[in-house]
Amino acid sequence: MIKTNKKIPKNIILSLENVSISYGTFEAVRNVFCNFKKGNITSLIGPSGCGKSTVLRSLNRMNDLIPNCSLKGTVLFDGTNIYDKRVDPVEVRRRIGMVFQQPNPFPKSIYENIAFGARINGFTGDMDELVESSLRKAALWDECKDKLNDSGYSLSGGQQQRLCIARTIAIEPEIILMDEPCSALDPISTLKIEETMHALKKNYTIIIVTHNMQQALRVSDMTAFFNAIEYEDGDGGKVGYLAEFNSTNKIFNSPKEKTTQEYISGKFG
Amino acid sequence: MNSLYYQKRLSRNIGDKFFTYLSVICALIAILPLIFLVTYILYKGGSQITTELFTLEPNPPGDDLDAGGINPALIGTLIITSIASIISIPVGVGGGIYLAEYSKGGSFPRFIRFGVNVLAGVPSIIAGVFIYALIVSTKILFGSMYSGLAGGMALSILMLPTVIKTTDEGLKLVPNELRYASLGVGASMYTTILKVTLPSAFRSIATGVVLGIARAAGETAPLIFTALFSYYYITGFEDLFYEMGSLAVLIYNFALEPYDAQNKLAWAASFILVLSILSVNIFSRILAAFTEKTKRV
Repeated sequence: MIKTNKKIPKNIILSLENVSISYGTFEAVRNVFCNFKKGNITSLIGPSGCGKSTVLRSLNRMNDLIPNCSLKGTVLFDGTNIYDKRVDPVEVRRRIGMVFQQPNPFPKSIYENIAFGARINGFTGDMDELVESSLRKAALWDECKDKLNDSGYSLSGGQQQRLCIARTIAIEPEIILMDEPCSALDPISTLKIEETMHALKKNYTIIIVTHNMQQALRVSDMTAFFNAIEYEDGDGGKVGYLAEFNSTNKIFNSPKEKTTQEYISGKFG
Repeated sequence: MNSLYYQKRLSRNIGDKFFTYLSVICALIAILPLIFLVTYILYKGGSQITTELFTLEPNPPGDDLDAGGINPALIGTLIITSIASIISIPVGVGGGIYLAEYSKGGSFPRFIRFGVNVLAGVPSIIAGVFIYALIVSTKILFGSMYSGLAGGMALSILMLPTVIKTTDEGLKLVPNELRYASLGVGASMYTTILKVTLPSAFRSIATGVVLGIARAAGETAPLIFTALFSYYYITGFEDLFYEMGSLAVLIYNFALEPYDAQNKLAWAASFILVLSILSVNIFSRILAAFTEKTKRV
């Protein structure tokens, strides 16, 4: 095992230590320190271009798929730096699942959409049961129990997104990352997904990027506010950084930083 | 004030009309060769079609008035094109997968893409000469010289760029979200490609492969150097290692004969060749149209 000796409190499931991420020579986000608590929903908020999505994608090494993307610092998960050379990114993604901005079901049946991930992860139990329980957890079972063999594309946008959540749940990850999961959805679908998230909180740790501050306030326990500023040593472009990280209550009611106050009151962003 | 009504005499309207008609005429001229070619071949070759044509061996020129059939050439074309497909489809699809899925930019994939484009522009006779030098003249294939196998290899060189390019482009059309979805549930690249991206791109790849086959099936020059020609039935596996006839070379040989019977046979073979290439092309169109439809589910 690749373990570090650092003492990390037991309730911290994921920990960023001095993480900087760049795309080629362009630095997207700099010096992030952040601890994500087990069983919490943590929101990442901030104006466009502050690197919150970049940070989220770095948590299960999705950034590997973007050419020229590089990360400095350590991301500790389960005591292991997931950016260690010996770490297999496929294994990381099995334990840290992800739901994307656009609903992206596979061009397969609803049933297969969920079975696919489980099967490649070596699931040997009762697949029908897994499909049902995953769909139930994602609050989609009642709507599609009669058409499990229909294409995933036959569902509405909100249902597709819940299908994607169900698909992620089916592989039993420890953390679910959500990258603006509701930005392409209508308010009612958004509400359903938020309810789903509340229900999932019991078993999973959720980290969500959102542009919707009300959503952050509604769903999350902790909120991280990212901002972007021009650094003196930079090339003139704005570089993201973690401006403030605290309980959602404190961020929205008594933020310490002036920029946080300005952002949540809608002065910029 | 000018009237708002359309005025024929206005110089811009005259110019507009003139260019419209000119472009229509050019378009008609462009399609004329195809129409004439197809009708002429249908007329000359269509009248020669008999059942014996498909079953008999061609007679050597000058023997008698009956030229026989094109059975060995027809089967030969099928075999040679199949050999070409067996070689070029796995290599081409594999290369395309590398370009579209694994390569992350840089000079090596750029070099390969450039190379593939160059290969696509290589005259077919060069492919024939190349295989002649490599395989035929060296007798490297179990001592055989001209053979169906060598012919298939020459054609595979011509098919390869088409297959690589269409695989590369077909895979690039698959939305990245689908790859992320698969990798996001913990699939490896290998599983993602095999189970998600390749099936999504299957039809566009198949279309490209079919077009590649259609191109290869009509090639003559590479076969003259490699498979040569044979008058005799293909009876067994070992015939792969000997001279093999093909429709294209049969046309080349018999159209130049001074005998009328042989000329007629060449027309008949042209008819069959054009018809089959045309239908393969139409088949690929249908395949492509089908792809468009399924993408918009």
